[in-house]
Amino acid sequence: MTALASLFEQKSGTARELIAFAVGKQEFCIDVMSVREIRGWTPATVLPHSQSFVRGVINLRGAVLPIVDLAVRLGFPPAEVMGRHVIIVVQVGSQFVGLLVDAVSDILSVSESEVLPPPDVASEMAKRFVCGLIAMEGRMLSILSVDSVLPEQERSDPQ
Amino acid sequence: MASSDMDALRQIFFQECEEQLAELESGLLEIESGDADSEIVNAVFRAVHSIKGGAGAFAIENLVRFAHVFETVLDEVRKGRLSAAGPVVETLLRAADVLADLVRVARDGGDVDEARIRSVSDELAALSGAPAAAAEADASEDNLEDLDFKPVVVDLPVFDDAPIFAEPPVAEYSITFKPHPSLYANANEPAVLMRELERLGEITVVCDTASVPPLTELDPEAAYLSWSIELKTTHGEEDVRAVFEFVDGDCDLTIVGANSAVTDPGEDDIAALLRRVREEPVELMEQVDTSLSDTTPDHQELALAGTPRDLQAAPLKAEPAKGDKGAAGEGTQPTIRVELDRVDRLMNLVGELVINQAMLSQRLLEAGLARSTEVSSGLDEFEQLTRDIQEGVMAIRAQPVKSVFQRMPRLVREVAAATSKKVRLVTEGEGTEVDKTVIERLADPLTHMIRNAIDHGLEKPEARSAAGKREEGLVRLSAAHRSGRIVIDIADDGAGINRPRVRAIAEEKGLIPPTAQLTDEEIDNLIFLPGFSTASTISDISGRGVGMDVVKRSIQALGGRVSIASRPGEGSTFTLSLPLTLAVLYGMVVTVADQTLVVPLTSIIETLKPKLSDVHGFGGESRVIALRNNFIPLVDVGRELGYRSQSADPGAGVAILVESDGGAHSALLVDAIQGQRQVVIKSLEANYGRVPGIAAATILGDGRVALILDVDAVVAGSRNGSMSPEIPLALAG
Repeated sequence: MTALASLFEQKSGTARELIAFAVGKQEFCIDVMSVREIRGWTPATVLPHSQSFVRGVINLRGAVLPIVDLAVRLGFPPAEVMGRHVIIVVQVGSQFVGLLVDAVSDILSVSESEVLPPPDVASEMAKRFVCGLIAMEGRMLSILSVDSVLPEQERSDPQ
Repeated sequence: MASSDMDALRQIFFQECEEQLAELESGLLEIESGDADSEIVNAVFRAVHSIKGGAGAFAIENLVRFAHVFETVLDEVRKGRLSAAGPVVETLLRAADVLADLVRVARDGGDVDEARIRSVSDELAALSGAPAAAAEADASEDNLEDLDFKPVVVDLPVFDDAPIFAEPPVAEYSITFKPHPSLYANANEPAVLMRELERLGEITVVCDTASVPPLTELDPEAAYLSWSIELKTTHGEEDVRAVFEFVDGDCDLTIVGANSAVTDPGEDDIAALLRRVREEPVELMEQVDTSLSDTTPDHQELALAGTPRDLQAAPLKAEPAKGDKGAAGEGTQPTIRVELDRVDRLMNLVGELVINQAMLSQRLLEAGLARSTEVSSGLDEFEQLTRDIQEGVMAIRAQPVKSVFQRMPRLVREVAAATSKKVRLVTEGEGTEVDKTVIERLADPLTHMIRNAIDHGLEKPEARSAAGKREEGLVRLSAAHRSGRIVIDIADDGAGINRPRVRAIAEEKGLIPPTAQLTDEEIDNLIFLPGFSTASTISDISGRGVGMDVVKRSIQALGGRVSIASRPGEGSTFTLSLPLTLAVLYGMVVTVADQTLVVPLTSIIETLKPKLSDVHGFGGESRVIALRNNFIPLVDVGRELGYRSQSADPGAGVAILVESDGGAHSALLVDAIQGQRQVVIKSLEANYGRVPGIAAATILGDGRVALILDVDAVVAGSRNGSMSPEIPLALAG
């Protein structure tokens, strides 16, 4: 949390934009700066011997884009993927990865003071992936740290 | 100047050095082979001179110093005072190697071999002047440093003491200089030349503006001005001429020595005449040539009357030589330098265009549009255009293998010297073009194979004489296009593979059981096994921890194959067959457990429909298939990749016979074959990482990603029960 707070302080304004989306019955959000595009679901090509949350790869205008099923990644039961599912393409470093979510709801503008520290719960998910909470009109949104939800295997180029 | 600008200039300098060094070496080799004309000698001189000039600008002192000594000798050769034959060319070639080393050290840092530079410098100094000094140099090494300065020491008192030489003779030259437009186009500047002349002595310049047209008719890129220059100088004509060296051919130039203080008028006329003859020798020669071929048909008839062997040999020999001259001389096509990144980006975009076009045709087909509609004919044209663009872009990246081949003469010299063998290298098909990425990865395996050919292949001179061969061994390196691939042969006329010894070593190292029945070919292929080395003692040349297995792997990683043909006593030929580019791959599209996979065609030997009666269980989980009196492991691809947990029914699928690492055969079981096609290779690692059993990805016509099978890894995985990622296919895009 302190890391996040200091990140806010570094920005000249305190407001920051987040994209909110739903996975299962919970709501999450990520920094809009890491989002490259949002696109509809297309069937992915299964990668052999991959982690359970890697859905496979799809063609993103000529590049091969791996898809992370956020529901599985966050420890929920895998979703039955339908046409309404959405892929959020995020960029981390030089890599592009697609996050499979149920639906994108809105873009939020929040200030530092609105971000609450994640409560100390037993959930592994909360500890690993959530770096802050936002309470808004009776909703609770968890801020995901994008880095941590990506597949961990050999992310750096082995060559 | 900003340091980044300086860096950019440095970079350009070193790029140009590479070109100059290549020209230097190829020129020297031509001189060595005996068919050099003055043009080549001049080109060689210019190459060293340019490197010296550039190195001077960047204050790379040792490079300047060495280039200067080198240049002095070449100047002697150029003036015909030194005949470039035998040992002289060898020295020049060694000097070219040293020069290349100095350039490399100046660029990348590192240590220079001072002793080697010293010894080659001395050889050069011995060639260029003071033969006495050279003799002394041989006698005692301690004197070497003094000897360099000796000419200076001797000359100075002469100037001081002798009044005749105290005021050196003054000669007057009349120079007329008329630039061609090309002079300006090549960024030369008359004013700079005048300034150079002024440095030689007292000059009077008159500019002739008579041919300057009215402003309305003025072509800004034309050349209208000419100059008459009177020069009083103590320098010789050679120095005057040297001022115009770099605009040679880009201007009309006459230099006439008038009122020379040392030459009488009669001699002067002859000198002028000689000079005029020297200025136009090329044209004269050409005239003679054409008149010969035009007017003497008997000449050709004579050739026809020759033996059939002559007839065959003549065109083969003559044509490449002609082509080479054209390429090296003024016939060179204009070129531009482009960053590789830009071409790569273009290549990627074209790859996407090809995929998009395929998607579009497939969608149209699905939409049920008749084939005869205008849309589909337009689409056909689109397809044609796309193919053309793809080929065009690939052609940009294509380079002649020359860039790799021309590194080899030096290697051969060094290895020959280290092994005290006599070797002649013959290269053929240097103009054969292949994608740059392939060329880059070709250098290491080729280097290694040539080293091997000399170190292991060729016998020592004595042994060769004893066997009734020429003392000088022959290594032939040739490249050619064959059915959409490039084929490179590395052949030697050595002793051939010593099969009993190879076999003994393989048994000793436990690579094969002593009872194994092996054909000659199979024995030859043992040298590709990891852990195999024929060198009884690890030599400097070959024993660098790199075996033929590594060569084979790196060739296979390029999508290529290596084969050997060896005949005892007559030598061995290693043949590499490689794809022309790494951006696309020919593959067989197959279905496995509802997934579409691509199997690279390079590893496929044949496909067959297995009969259930031929498939046998072997041990717990393994199965083998009987094929022509052999049992070959049957690998269920779907199971290996984890697409299904139960083994597929072999009777319902197709078996693809593949050759994997080390030449072993396996049968891959897949559900169905969709067809063969060219696919654009896409990187999986860029956004994800390595996937065991998968080499890369591609995008099919329907826009979906298909995975390209890493045959070696799948086969190895089935053997070991676990998948280990091996060298992946080279990735593009």
